[in-house]
Amino acid sequence: MATTYQLKRADFVFKNENDWEQVLSSIIRRSPQELINELISSELKGRGGAGFPTGLKWKITSELKADQKYVICNADEGEPGTFKDREILQRVPYKVLTAMAACGYVIGSNEGYIYLRGEYKFLEPELLKVIDEFEYFCKEINLDFKVKIFMGSGAYICGEETALFESMEGKRGEPRNKPPYPSTFGYMGKPTVINNVETLAHAFTIFKYGAKKFYDLGVQYSRGTKLFSVSGDTPKPGIYELELGMSLQDFVYEFGDGDTKAVQVGGASGFLVPRKKFADTAIGYQGKLTGISLPTGGSMMLFNSSRSMFNVLDNYLEFFREESCGQCTPCRVGCQQLLIGIKAVKRGERPATYLDKLLRLTETMQYTAKCGLGQSVANSFSSIVENFREEMIY
Amino acid sequence: MTAKKINITLNGYNLKVDPGTTILDAAKMNNINIPTLCYHKDLCVAGNCRVCVVEVAGQKRLSAACATPVEEGMEILTNSLKVRNSRKHIIELLLAEHNADCTKCYRNGNCELQELASEYKIMTQEFIELVPYKTYTIDMYSPSIIKDDSKCIRCQRCVRTCAELQGVNALTVSHKGDKMKITTFLEKPMNSVVCTNCGQCVNHCPTGALVEKNYIEEVWEAIANPDKHVVVQTAPAVRVGLGEELGFEPGSRTTGKMVAALKRLGFDSVLDTDFTADLTIVEEGTELLTRLKKALVDKDESVKLPMATSCSPGWIKFIEHMYPEYLGNLSTCKSPQQMFGALVKTYYAKARNLEPDKIVSVSIMPCTAKKFEASRPEMLDSGYRDVDYVLTTRELAIMIKQAGLNFMALEDAKFDRLMGESTGAGVIFGATGGVMEAALRTAYEIVTGRDVPFKNLEITPVRGMEGVREASIKIENPKPEWAFLDGVELKCAVAHGLVNAKKVMDAIQSGQSDFHFVEVMACPGGCLGGGGQPIPTNPEIRQKRAQAIYAEDAAMPIRKSHENPEVQKLYRDFLKEPLGELSHRLLHTKYTRRERF
Repeated sequence: MATTYQLKRADFVFKNENDWEQVLSSIIRRSPQELINELISSELKGRGGAGFPTGLKWKITSELKADQKYVICNADEGEPGTFKDREILQRVPYKVLTAMAACGYVIGSNEGYIYLRGEYKFLEPELLKVIDEFEYFCKEINLDFKVKIFMGSGAYICGEETALFESMEGKRGEPRNKPPYPSTFGYMGKPTVINNVETLAHAFTIFKYGAKKFYDLGVQYSRGTKLFSVSGDTPKPGIYELELGMSLQDFVYEFGDGDTKAVQVGGASGFLVPRKKFADTAIGYQGKLTGISLPTGGSMMLFNSSRSMFNVLDNYLEFFREESCGQCTPCRVGCQQLLIGIKAVKRGERPATYLDKLLRLTETMQYTAKCGLGQSVANSFSSIVENFREEMIY
Repeated sequence: MTAKKINITLNGYNLKVDPGTTILDAAKMNNINIPTLCYHKDLCVAGNCRVCVVEVAGQKRLSAACATPVEEGMEILTNSLKVRNSRKHIIELLLAEHNADCTKCYRNGNCELQELASEYKIMTQEFIELVPYKTYTIDMYSPSIIKDDSKCIRCQRCVRTCAELQGVNALTVSHKGDKMKITTFLEKPMNSVVCTNCGQCVNHCPTGALVEKNYIEEVWEAIANPDKHVVVQTAPAVRVGLGEELGFEPGSRTTGKMVAALKRLGFDSVLDTDFTADLTIVEEGTELLTRLKKALVDKDESVKLPMATSCSPGWIKFIEHMYPEYLGNLSTCKSPQQMFGALVKTYYAKARNLEPDKIVSVSIMPCTAKKFEASRPEMLDSGYRDVDYVLTTRELAIMIKQAGLNFMALEDAKFDRLMGESTGAGVIFGATGGVMEAALRTAYEIVTGRDVPFKNLEITPVRGMEGVREASIKIENPKPEWAFLDGVELKCAVAHGLVNAKKVMDAIQSGQSDFHFVEVMACPGGCLGGGGQPIPTNPEIRQKRAQAIYAEDAAMPIRKSHENPEVQKLYRDFLKEPLGELSHRLLHTKYTRRERF
């Protein structure tokens, strides 16, 4: 058990020094290779949830030859309990645009898109103004880079990068087969870098202060800071920038209401951690940390003892049942089976052992679903059912 | 090609395969079958059913074999425990979602899901059945196709067929998650959308979600009715496909056995659509030459060229929806089926001394759109419905099985007369390019008095399976009355599959082409690949059926439509002359502009 309070707050993302013009000017004075190295040595990993090394992403696409490449900012923030990207785009949009332009400069692209979640339509007018001003400055410094906004229509699945491309191409938002990956075959079949809003904001920090400043924060395999959307049974819900690598115990000390029963880390597609495992759980990317570590898109939902874990799971599964794109069998039918399955067990229509069958089904979904959505339903399902089995049955 | 091979291991055996090969193909080449559902040779890879998953060493997740190209050093397991368990789960999930009332299903016995369930011995329903949780409607509005969503496994083969092969997009995916389904524009019934009734979706559906509307019982009833004289006509492509349903290899010619079977089923007269195919050529060939004369000699600007064939009812409905401004370019000739129908209740009735209302006219077609065509309000020119019932090749096979006939052992029989005589030109109507070839054989001879300048009358440039084929024939030394065609290069285009028809139409629309005559068949490969043909139909099978059609042509004593003695007799005794008054009344038709959704 952690006995000392170790939560390290930080303030990079939302700190606005209105210096994006200088930062962008200095970026394009450096060579693309230099910028890639900076990103790689910062060990920045994607903040959307999958955690792919950002520098490597840029590097792969920069090395490809193509008549057109694209930079896409994934602002289809749909994970339940996540609301950080909205704040970034509202408060520090210039940072995101600057990093997009930097990416364009590095990979050789003059076209950027922000794929904006349908529910964030209200951000669009202000963003368009900012983009106007931003493009004007790019012209001034002879940087050929334009940004357009593409409005999503509210489908969770369109946050999956290849479904997002399909949606942008005017098609139904369904994930593609991979390989090929976006770096080589993305939007319009062209090499594409697609980054989460927050990832780009961190890239700004790295280009401004240098990789070391970022790298020195956090722990091994999980460097830097991360925004957390804190919600649920907490006296202080909101967005917090914290160093990675903290223990969940420390997190609960800070944000819990004194009666925290469990924390859902990473939203509906993340894991539920019960009280007894708080101390052994570190928040960061999967690596060789002591105890368990968890991938995370930044959603932290706290539940106190008044909450039924059955209802929590029921709620997540209803979400997945509806938000699966429906194309692949394990996800489309699997989500339905899990949902009606736990209800059947609860009502006593199926024996408790049916839960084990469903657990095996989530394993199959993890192995065989076409994209991250279906693959990660297993996370919340197994962590809730295994830790709160009794609540599922009685 | 000596592209460097890639080394892989498949279930422990080292193999060398070409780069770019998918795991599925690599396995197939090495005699290992990986089950599939959403995969079809005609279509792009979807990778959505996940039945074909295999294990690749070093990867926690399984890979879809159809969508994953091999990589150097890949170690693949197609039958590991993990693969088996996952695959079984997926089949169970599909069965839980599927209205698995197999004994009451039209596709019972020829269903890919049923086959898989049998292969994996799914003996119990492990998961909760989802069908009772939902409301399904069965769309039975179309005269050709029945769509039952409760049997749909969402593989999207129909959607890809409608988009990729046909460019029609009548079927599409709507909603997401548990509500995801295959539907039409605004969920309208199939008869009031852009659907051409081609039935390619039916032919590509792995289950019973899309089937033809069958009229088997109606035909049995007519046969059993002593007051009715039941006449049956059989389309050229049926004879090279039917065998596949009844124990023969693809590409078997079963004309004689088919005729024998039809006689034993109790039809009063077994006749041949090839006869009216020949008649079509005479009418359509004359129409083409008339249009050319009007355009070249009379300089009549109202004449529409190129003239397009009108045998394929899927194509007709397609152009009515998609290019209604070109309806004037369609030949006004009815399709052979409808010419036959109009003649059966007039010419045939008179000759056989029968009351037309006592005749039941049945046709066996490789086609589902023919069912719609027969129901068109224009098709009543005999004073009655010209064709009463249209059965597909598959429905005929069902009737033969029901009658307990040992098809393979039947002795060959010959078509009855009248209207049973045909030529090689009539037979090749069943293959893409066939109408063009048959028309050229006749038109060239009418104009020049000589055979077309091709060995054995085989006009090879219009044959083959390429989506769009272009050919031209230069007319030299014509007969005096056709002198205006001297030196004219007759330009033709042949397209099959409506997506290719679109290409030709777009070329015409943009003014890039100067064709005189265009043949379009709605289905890939022409009628031999029709929506009513045996399932499966794929590129190799179509190739074999085409070979059979051309072999049938080569074996015919008469190879040119205008030399068909019964056609000549028909003109002598009844029609008098091509494009004559009676022809116009019985054999020609008009078209309808339709909405584009």
